Amino acid sequence: MSTLDATGEAARRPFPGRRVRTGDVLLQGVAGLAALGAVVLLGLIAYKIVDGARLSLSTFGLGFLTHVGWDPVHSRFGAGGFLFGTAVTSIGALLLATPLALGIALFLTELAPRWIRGPVTALVETLAAIPSVVIGLWGILVLGPVLHDHVMPALHSTLGFIPLFGPSTTGSTIFTAILVLTIMILPIVSSISRELFVGVPPELKEAALGLGTTRWEMVRGVVLPYTRGGVAAAMILGLGRAVGEAIAVAQVSGAFNNGISWNLFSSGNTLAAQIALEYQSAETNLDVSSLFYLGLILLVFSLVVNLLARVVVRRGARRQGVLAR
Amino acid sequence: MRVETKRQPLPPRERLQQVFDIQDLTAIYGSKPALKDVSMGVYRNLVTAVIGPSGCGKSTFIRCLNRMNDLVPGFRQTGTIRYHGQDIAAKDVDPVAVRRTIGMVFQRPNPFPKSIFDNVAWGLRVLGMKDNLPERVERALTQAALWDEVKDRLKASALSLSGGQQQRLCIARAIAVEPDVVLMDEPASALDPIATQAIELLLHELKSEYSFVIVTHNMQQAARVADMTAFFSISRGEEGDRWGELIEYDSTEKIFTAPSDKRTEDYVTGRFG
Amino acid sequence: MSAADVSALQRPNDRLRRRRVVNRGMELLAWLAGALGVAILGVVVWSVAKRGASELNLDLLTKAPVPFAIGNVKQGLANAFVGSLVLVGLATAMALPFGILVAIYVNEFAPRAVRNGVGLVLDVLNGVPGIVVGIFVFGLVVVSHGQSAYAGAIALAVLMLPLVARATIEVLALVPNTLREASLALGVPRWRTTLGIVLPQTVGGIVTGTMLAVARVAGETAPLLFTCSLAGTSIDSNPGHALQTIPVAIFELSESADPADHARAWAAALVLLLFILFSSLTARWLAARSRRKLGRAT
Ligand SMILES: Nc1ncnc2c1ncn2[C@@H]1O[C@H](COP(=O)(O)OP(=O)(O)OP(=O)(O)O)[C@@H](O)[C@H]1O
Ligand SMILES: [Mg+2]
Repeated sequence: MSTLDATGEAARRPFPGRRVRTGDVLLQGVAGLAALGAVVLLGLIAYKIVDGARLSLSTFGLGFLTHVGWDPVHSRFGAGGFLFGTAVTSIGALLLATPLALGIALFLTELAPRWIRGPVTALVETLAAIPSVVIGLWGILVLGPVLHDHVMPALHSTLGFIPLFGPSTTGSTIFTAILVLTIMILPIVSSISRELFVGVPPELKEAALGLGTTRWEMVRGVVLPYTRGGVAAAMILGLGRAVGEAIAVAQVSGAFNNGISWNLFSSGNTLAAQIALEYQSAETNLDVSSLFYLGLILLVFSLVVNLLARVVVRRGARRQGVLAR
Repeated sequence: MRVETKRQPLPPRERLQQVFDIQDLTAIYGSKPALKDVSMGVYRNLVTAVIGPSGCGKSTFIRCLNRMNDLVPGFRQTGTIRYHGQDIAAKDVDPVAVRRTIGMVFQRPNPFPKSIFDNVAWGLRVLGMKDNLPERVERALTQAALWDEVKDRLKASALSLSGGQQQRLCIARAIAVEPDVVLMDEPASALDPIATQAIELLLHELKSEYSFVIVTHNMQQAARVADMTAFFSISRGEEGDRWGELIEYDSTEKIFTAPSDKRTEDYVTGRFG
Repeated sequence: MSAADVSALQRPNDRLRRRRVVNRGMELLAWLAGALGVAILGVVVWSVAKRGASELNLDLLTKAPVPFAIGNVKQGLANAFVGSLVLVGLATAMALPFGILVAIYVNEFAPRAVRNGVGLVLDVLNGVPGIVVGIFVFGLVVVSHGQSAYAGAIALAVLMLPLVARATIEVLALVPNTLREASLALGVPRWRTTLGIVLPQTVGGIVTGTMLAVARVAGETAPLLFTCSLAGTSIDSNPGHALQTIPVAIFELSESADPADHARAWAAALVLLLFILFSSLTARWLAARSRRKLGRAT
């Protein structure tokens, strides 16, 4: 600090020259380093995963993606079966969760009496807070047996002509995994959709109703088109969550089936679950490296999902931006 | 201030046909009455203006006429609103059917984020008026004095139109489904004078086919377009509570030149505090 | 339309009747969806509560498991509870300051483009599956140093970082600019304004965000499998060792064929669920309260 000598220099120059404050520099520097750290962390994750997968990448190349089978004895690994299992379980879950989530969101924004909106919203979002290992535990010990004893035989006997609904031998199946994943992505899709629906301008809804349309016609003509982009993004994020879920699927999908089966009532496996299941049994370098390869596929997928969701949201926002003006 | 009116003289009352017969209408939000004991009739093929200070319940009033207030949580109303003799607030009356017959144009232009064509066509499709769709759209746009401006870009987004064009599109949207009555809540308040004039002309053109109820803040506008004018004002109770009331309802000529109530006179001459 | 059509208001034509039926049907479906959403939560929570409550006793919380137990030996999961505490505590200690600093940079210093860039990075980090984070830390730490609570905590911290940073950015953005200007106008330097005036306003929001992040990672299993799962059965709190944790214990017990193991898995799941529900509900309540307060202030 300068002295309070008002007679000398300070009197002629009330504002001393710009000076660099150590505190400012320090805080900005440390905070900036932290932000840089977050960016570096993401790069490091990518680097380490690629690094770990290097051996498997050079051994199997892109053939890894299509080879079906995981054979540690002969050191022959491939992601084909898991890619198939991942696609079936996550798309299945998305197909079940989306209509249900949209229904919940419409219920919460258009139909429910005001006093239950808050509590029901909180309850549905609480579902997202339940750890996957607990849902998996419930899936394997409660849901699986019920499905095996009642649901799967019924579906097989009525819809058995469709290959998807084959005979079942256990409660731990692709079907069980689909249902468990549905529960896990439901709150994501529904809470984003709810927020989108709340954001639809009431003037537009009134305009539709003022023409003498029913509530459903208003929803179809105004609410759903208006939120299309955001709902698509919510679905993409839900898909990302389903694809990346390891634990619950490892618990309920029957696992240790590395092949491809169209029968939903047989066991299956996914990329993420396979990594989780091998945590104790990976022995050789190639074995471990192949797990990293699976991880690399997941990482790339999660990147794509995030960027895609952003692009979709931005496109939607542009459309609505025109509307705001 | 006196406002010149240039309208044809009204036919005698007994030749007028009543569209709405409103008796003792009281409207309440939660526990707060917004409007008390309104009784008046609305006549066929006339333009009826509703004027009054801000907050006197003008919007509340016309939103009662097509049950738009059903959508407001906590809203209640008492009294009767008869439309051609039938109580529209009755339990067994479907608000969807009411709104289909009694259309509405809102204060701010609110076109759907669809193409110009689809804005008009959407209601027609949903309501099952799918025959001659292009002709119907063209007729509505022509009636709303918008056709010439948009006929070459019907596929363009409605949001690319100017505010005045958007409002005329909203009017086209409302009249395309051939309602009996069109309610307008300050349709010109967000528009410039030229767009406002276009809409006023359009009311003159269309009133042979429809009946209009128009809320307006602008007294000159009421004087220019309306055959009948209802003046609402705010009344205050002893405990500081306030509600809207119908003060005077008569031919526009009368309201603006020889009002019978002091409050009306103060308001139309601009002496209103 | 003529006055004769008035009757249509009461006796709708076939078309309107059909539209009304469709509308009713759709409304019914939405009601069912809402009920189903709540029912799913109810069924899961009820299953865990019913099965877990009978096994929930002091032994579970205080005694270590006994390997290869024969007969009715009293055993618990105390090692897992201690381990989870250590891991989550360590992870919070790493992620909290890191996340707050990132948020301060993003909200108070960064130019727009950088802000968006870091925001994107946080979103992407948040989207990286837990299992991938697990093998990342495996490659980073475990390969050279072996499994440990440190390794597990790093993995959890990676998951917490975007959550804490995002939550802090959100509350920082709520602090009215007038407050910053008031302080700067007094001649207070930027760093003191940020740390002394702005940051204290956001403590509530940061606490909330951290609680939600803790609730989230306390139940994470996937990132721990490769970093902190090969643990002993003794009660241990040395972060240099691999420690047992509740989620990993539930995972292992659920794969077992022994019903007694299932029972302990349910009990542990109940404790975990109670902790998570308690902290996320408290966090929600705090958030609602502080938002009301901030709302009044502005
Ligand atoms: N949705 C609502 N909930 C609660 N009160 C309302 C609601 N809409 C209007 N009110 C109240 O009812 C009264 C009348 O409002 P209304 O909008 O009908 O007045 P108005 O005459 O249209 O005013 P303006 O000229 O400003 O549009 C006001 O006191 C207003 O606060
Ligand atoms: Mg109004």
